[in-house]
Amino acid sequence: MVNSSPNSILLSADGTPLKKSLSRSLRQQKIRALLLISPLLIFILVAFIMPIVSMLSRSVENDLVSQTLPATVSAIQSWDALSGELPDELVYKAFAQDIQNAAKAKVHTKVALRLNYEKSGIASLFKKTARKAKKWDIETDGPFKEKLIKVHKGWGEVEVWQTIKTHSPRYTSGYFLNAVDMRKTVEGADFQPEDKTILIKLFQRTLIMSLIITFSCILLGYPVAWLLANLPMRQANLLMILVLLPFWTSLLVRTSAWKVMLQQQGVINDILVQLSLVSDDARLIMINNEIGTIVAMTHILLPFMILPMYSVMQTIPPSYLRAAKSLGATNWTAFWRVYFPQSIPGIGAGSILVFILAIGYYITPEIVGGTKGVFISNRIAYHILKSLNWGLAAALGTILLVAVLILYWTYDKIVGIDNVKLGG
Amino acid sequence: MNFTKTIMTTASAALISSAAFAGGHMSMEMTIVSWGGAYSASQLKAYHEPYSAKTGVTILNDDSSSTAVAQLRAMNEANNITWDVVDVEAAPAMQLCDEGLALEIDPDTMLAPAPDGTPASEDFGDMLVSECFIPQIVYSTTFGYRTDLVGDTPPDNVCAVFDTKTYPGKRSLFSVPINQMEWALLCDGVAKSDIYDVLATEEGQDRALAKLDTIKDDVIWVSSGSDTPQLLADGEVIMGATYNGRLFSLIEEQKQPVAMIWDGQVMDLDGWIIPAGLSPERQARALDYVMFATDTQRLADQAKYISYGPARASSAPLVGKHADLGIDMAPHMPTAPENLSRAFLMNYDFWADYRDDLDAKFQAWLAK
Amino acid sequence: MAKDSQAEAFVRFNRVQKSYDGETLVVKDLNLEIPKGEFLTMLGPSGSGKTTCLMMLAGFETATHGDIMLNGVSINNIPPHKRGIGMVFQNYALFPHMTVAENLSFPLEVRKLEKSVREEKVARALDMVEMGGFKGRRPAQLSGGQQQRIALARALVFEPELVLMDEPLGALDKQLREKMQFEITALAHRLGITVVYVTHDQTEALTMSDRVAVFNDGRIQQLATPDQLYEEPENSFVAQFIGENNTLNGVVKELKSGIATVKLDSGDIIDCKPVNVSEVGERTQVSIRPERVELNKSKLPKKAHTLTAEVLEFIYMGDTFRTRLKVAGNEDFIVKTRNSSNQVRLTPGENVEIGWSPECCRALDA
Repeated sequence: MVNSSPNSILLSADGTPLKKSLSRSLRQQKIRALLLISPLLIFILVAFIMPIVSMLSRSVENDLVSQTLPATVSAIQSWDALSGELPDELVYKAFAQDIQNAAKAKVHTKVALRLNYEKSGIASLFKKTARKAKKWDIETDGPFKEKLIKVHKGWGEVEVWQTIKTHSPRYTSGYFLNAVDMRKTVEGADFQPEDKTILIKLFQRTLIMSLIITFSCILLGYPVAWLLANLPMRQANLLMILVLLPFWTSLLVRTSAWKVMLQQQGVINDILVQLSLVSDDARLIMINNEIGTIVAMTHILLPFMILPMYSVMQTIPPSYLRAAKSLGATNWTAFWRVYFPQSIPGIGAGSILVFILAIGYYITPEIVGGTKGVFISNRIAYHILKSLNWGLAAALGTILLVAVLILYWTYDKIVGIDNVKLGG
Repeated sequence: MNFTKTIMTTASAALISSAAFAGGHMSMEMTIVSWGGAYSASQLKAYHEPYSAKTGVTILNDDSSSTAVAQLRAMNEANNITWDVVDVEAAPAMQLCDEGLALEIDPDTMLAPAPDGTPASEDFGDMLVSECFIPQIVYSTTFGYRTDLVGDTPPDNVCAVFDTKTYPGKRSLFSVPINQMEWALLCDGVAKSDIYDVLATEEGQDRALAKLDTIKDDVIWVSSGSDTPQLLADGEVIMGATYNGRLFSLIEEQKQPVAMIWDGQVMDLDGWIIPAGLSPERQARALDYVMFATDTQRLADQAKYISYGPARASSAPLVGKHADLGIDMAPHMPTAPENLSRAFLMNYDFWADYRDDLDAKFQAWLAK
Repeated sequence: MAKDSQAEAFVRFNRVQKSYDGETLVVKDLNLEIPKGEFLTMLGPSGSGKTTCLMMLAGFETATHGDIMLNGVSINNIPPHKRGIGMVFQNYALFPHMTVAENLSFPLEVRKLEKSVREEKVARALDMVEMGGFKGRRPAQLSGGQQQRIALARALVFEPELVLMDEPLGALDKQLREKMQFEITALAHRLGITVVYVTHDQTEALTMSDRVAVFNDGRIQQLATPDQLYEEPENSFVAQFIGENNTLNGVVKELKSGIATVKLDSGDIIDCKPVNVSEVGERTQVSIRPERVELNKSKLPKKAHTLTAEVLEFIYMGDTFRTRLKVAGNEDFIVKTRNSSNQVRLTPGENVEIGWSPECCRALDA
């Protein structure tokens, strides 16, 4: 309030300030509105926001090492990892204490698995050591340097201790570095050896193939959407059923059907051979590679392109085309200059949908992609389900999320997000 | 849910009043996780149905074994374990045990002895690879080939896979390093006993990949055990690797022109674990089930439906004929002596250490 | 038909028929000639075939049978964009993604005119509709009346000789509509273009057109100038469709020296002008305009028949009075009288004698 004099405050009929009584009357409405959407709000919070937050935090969290090996982590800080010499007895003793506690609590394998991602062999090193360490008396059984090296010669390797030290902080950039084919070393970030670089390549492939799939969906979907919007009701309804039909069949069935179609002894190759378009010993390879993924995913995602395009096209009155023709435009000019620009919001919405769905797909690439047609999501699934490297999976997922947001932002800058319509 | 509960309570009330306190009833439902398909079907026939008939427990099936470790970990983090008994391979079982996610088992008190009184620990013997693992079957990953597409000299050696001169055509392999890298070294002249030592070195890994390079363009890389039988049936490949049970069903049940190579096949185990942290009541029920399902007769019974070898020594003599085909199952077991002679044993510890590293290398190599 | 009249017709529909489903005809045997420079309106209720005729002329529908000629040439097989006909659509159809200037420039661009020529023509067309300052606006930023002007300018900018308008004023409010009616006619006459205008609003048709073609049931019911149409409707459809009209039903009793004596169903006898009755005994619908009914007996010709009517309602309308009467059983008989100083004001319940001169009362088809 600029003017604090009480006279300037507007009062309602019963003398309370107008603003107050207004906010009171609105509050009830707000509470009611909030109650109405609360199930959705809670659902989104629990099923969407929380997993994303947890994913983001997993990609940098690294408290496993410092929690399981607290004494070792604090003792190893004073050790110069670049000296080329092994740490002193203090560190070994601290480790012996830690591994004994961890073995008793059965948590040693978790940290072993964690460190094994960084250096192969640590898993069995820890397991073997933990078995022995259970029986030690930490106060009297020293010195532990020789004792540990005797248990496993790995404890005499500087690299093992370097790995422990490098990955001891509570928060780590290691997963993100791994996600872009780099690794965290004693000397800082470094590139992975070339024979282990795969993720950047997969990111690139995912983006490029998703763009190709989106583009194929536009090419194939546009005429269908146009027909849907312009055919008489009855034919349009029939066509709509055909468009939606794939939604009613299982994803696996559809993908497997493509296998039957595309494989070398498959339907398409058989027809081509019968028509003598290709010879029997040079049958086309259309599956277990990029082509298989593109074809199957274009088919699966096509409805997501057609439906928004259709709903936008439906709102374009036919009189625009007629007007353009009456003004002297040929069919093509009328379409290209008048109809097409107005259908762009539909293309935009469809493309965003298809593209975002495509970069996250993994079942279809897994089945028909072979090795050349798999996406980054297949790697994420592998790390979540098989290698259990959830930190790396989270980092990969985060990068994918950021990539989508950047693309979305770029799209907004270039085309404008209000130019995206899912319907009239 | 409520509806089923109501029905269940009504039904059990009726049961109790008629059966008049027949004895200590345990809770009536349990979730058993397995692999699905023909394998789950064989368990249903050999274990679940007789167990339900005996105890009245309803068994719910969940085909999630391929992702069991990840899911059990997530359940453990969420503190809500919904599975009672889980069918896993040996390596995941060891990992679950090490992480404290599986219950430790004392074979002699918790598992049934052999009919002649041999304690379970002796009867299972070497199969007890982990404190938490209750062995069930022995299976192997091996090669099948199309008898009509390999010419006049059918392959009888695993290295035929690498011999594209004699056997031109596509072959299918799993797109993972496990097994493929062992076969590559084996066929590059490394002795069976040295394979894992060689594979632990950079040079050895490069050597395995170099060997695989020689057939890379002739391989269709698959990710699931059902892929190769399909590819063989369609004539997409002339030979390919998959589980011996799948090949048996392709050959004997579907009568496809396919034969199996019993050479260099990689032996692995499959069995049960019980998740750690179940309520005492559920744990007791799970143990009761496992004791029933892994006794000598039950393990032998499973071989009537699928060609995997029972993990108990005492079950082997009891293996009979296939339930539908009526053929003798003993020669089809991976544990049959003539099949076993040229087998290859997987080193679980090696793969626990090197799986992530080699997988990254393998995938990078595949993508090249 | 005479050769020169054919040459004179700028637009000619020759026995045109149109059917969409092959079962019913939407347009039945249409013959119409429009001379150059005429403002012709197609008027009719919805579904009467008028819009179909316009669309056939524009080229968006093809005639099922017959010829449509423009300047003596059949245009049946000429696609719309080659016909060079300007068109204003019902909802203007201004391209929403283009500015006003781009909209106007569009027909010039597709004709590959040079940029300077285009700009000049666009500016001139915008000045013509007094919208010179709106070049850079988008259609959505304009009011309905402004959009209408732009649509008009766009239809005219490429200087077509024939302009079609499909209910162009339908979306405007009454005041604006009247203003635009005037502007469109003025512009059409100034530019000397031929206009075919479709509407279902008879006032619009009467005020704007040189001639009006009244459509019903796929046929032209009457083609005439507005005053002929109003005063001399040729059949009962036109009489009822154009303006306000009182009808009485009866049978022709006598036909003599241009007068038809009709015995109404109520038994009353009246005199009428026979329009499309030809024999005694035929049923007829008699039509009298409300303003032609006379309440003052002294103004009627001698011997004119009169009817007794009961006043049901009196409505004061400012410049006129409307009186609703019950006449020969018809309770919706309206009489419109001017509010002049000596005009009688009737009160409901009163009985009056009414009459009219026979030439104002037309005996039409039943």
